[in-house]
Amino acid sequence: MTDDLFSIADKEEKAPQKTNAPEMSVSELAFSLKRTLEDTYGRVRIRGELSRVKIHTSGHMYSDLKDDNAVINIVCWRGQLAKLSIKPEEGLEVICTGKVSSFPARSNYQLIVESMELAGEGALLKLLEERKKKLAAEGLFDSDKKRPLPFLPQTIGVVTSETGAVFHDILHRIRERFPMRVILWPVPVQGKGANEQIAKAIHGFNAMPDGTRPDVLIVGRGGGSLEDLMAFNEEDVVRAVAQSRIPVISSVGHETDTTLIDYVADRRAPTPTGAAEMAVPERMGLLQTTQDLEQRLLTALRRTLADLKNRFNANIAKLGSPQSLLDAQGQKLDYLADKTNNALSALIQKRRIQLVESAGKLMHPRERLAYGVQNVKALNDRLIRLSGQLTEKEENRLQNAGRLLETLSFKSTLKRGFIVMRDASGTPVTEADSVVSDTPYTLEFKDEKRILVQKDG
Amino acid sequence: MSDTSPAKDISKLSFEEALVELEKIVKSLESGEVELEKSIAAYEHGIALKAHCEDKLKSAQLKIEKITVGSDGTPSTQPHDVSAS
Repeated sequence: MTDDLFSIADKEEKAPQKTNAPEMSVSELAFSLKRTLEDTYGRVRIRGELSRVKIHTSGHMYSDLKDDNAVINIVCWRGQLAKLSIKPEEGLEVICTGKVSSFPARSNYQLIVESMELAGEGALLKLLEERKKKLAAEGLFDSDKKRPLPFLPQTIGVVTSETGAVFHDILHRIRERFPMRVILWPVPVQGKGANEQIAKAIHGFNAMPDGTRPDVLIVGRGGGSLEDLMAFNEEDVVRAVAQSRIPVISSVGHETDTTLIDYVADRRAPTPTGAAEMAVPERMGLLQTTQDLEQRLLTALRRTLADLKNRFNANIAKLGSPQSLLDAQGQKLDYLADKTNNALSALIQKRRIQLVESAGKLMHPRERLAYGVQNVKALNDRLIRLSGQLTEKEENRLQNAGRLLETLSFKSTLKRGFIVMRDASGTPVTEADSVVSDTPYTLEFKDEKRILVQKDG
Repeated sequence: MSDTSPAKDISKLSFEEALVELEKIVKSLESGEVELEKSIAAYEHGIALKAHCEDKLKSAQLKIEKITVGSDGTPSTQPHDVSAS
């Protein structure tokens, strides 16, 4: 100010020539204004809506911050821009902290932004709502993408701060319920770059080899302001969870806080303790369950056996005693035996009658013999009677035949002076030429036979 | 049914599978509609499953490790002292 006063005083000395107004160069005014602005306002916090956001190739950001009635240019140098906790976007309601200054070359006044935050929860929630819509449209939150948690994991991976109470709470609950292998992947859970670390940890767990890779992940942090929880709203974290092959349980802030990771996680836990309870079952409860099942198994088997025994006994009762079966069959046998006996007797009786009838017709041997003798006698008588006649008659026939034979015999011829000459074999000699000398021949005469031998010479 | 070849497969079952199988056996036995020989075999299978489940429960032991990312970016695990936290 003293400088300004001095310059004004200095100009007043020259003023009398025309007016009281001192003469200044443009630059003098501009830089004077610049100093005035910077000195008067110092650091300010200004709320407004971002408009015409443009990041120059140099890396600096130029934008407007406006409200209903006014607009101010804002600049964010490259180095500061990288440190901002939010990403400047068109239309975003923000509070910018920085110094008011001017850009003398363009007659502009502007705000040099050092930090930027979302203007109140409403604006932040609006941003999150839009991001949520966008990710939901990609299907990242679809319920059919939710993987079931393993019933009894061997290893649990935890992505959270090493120092916070969250990891402690998770460990404590796991120890109580079902002690097992827990791997912590320490990450910063807020501030610039936290989201990148968290996303990297989720990818890192997934990249671990079979056997060491966790079966389930818990990703989370303790309570905080909406800004504190922002890392769990960032796209890279949400996408890392969506891509995770390992089921993820989210546990961010308190139960009333909802971050985008909660939508994409397979399960959302209200607290770190709750996450541990989702991750592992209660060992004692399971032991009790298996023991109960064993008891039921035994009871059921006993009852099955008892039932079968009862059914067996009931059926035996229905069968009745073996003796009663025998009795009934015995009676039947008796009846049939009686029937058989009666039938046999009747048959014998029938046959006997037939026999008697037949016997009546049968002749006694004596009678038969007498009858036969009588027959023989009669036949004999007839034979005797007939025999006389037969002899007489045959005798006559024989004499006649003899006479005839005599007449016809050569012997009668011999009576008439013929002889029969026979050779030694008795064969009659009929040819003179067949007579051989010195050989005896028989000559048969009427009364006797003589031997004759022919002598030659 | 799988209870014809029990002993061989049980060791490969996860706790949950074994528990589900055990529950099935209990329910079928409780229905009382299992034949005598089968019910005894089912009982034996059930007891084996229960033993398998208990083994899984008894082997529980807390073991805490921490990931350390090396300068080349590769993560490795190392035992983590819980008492400190």
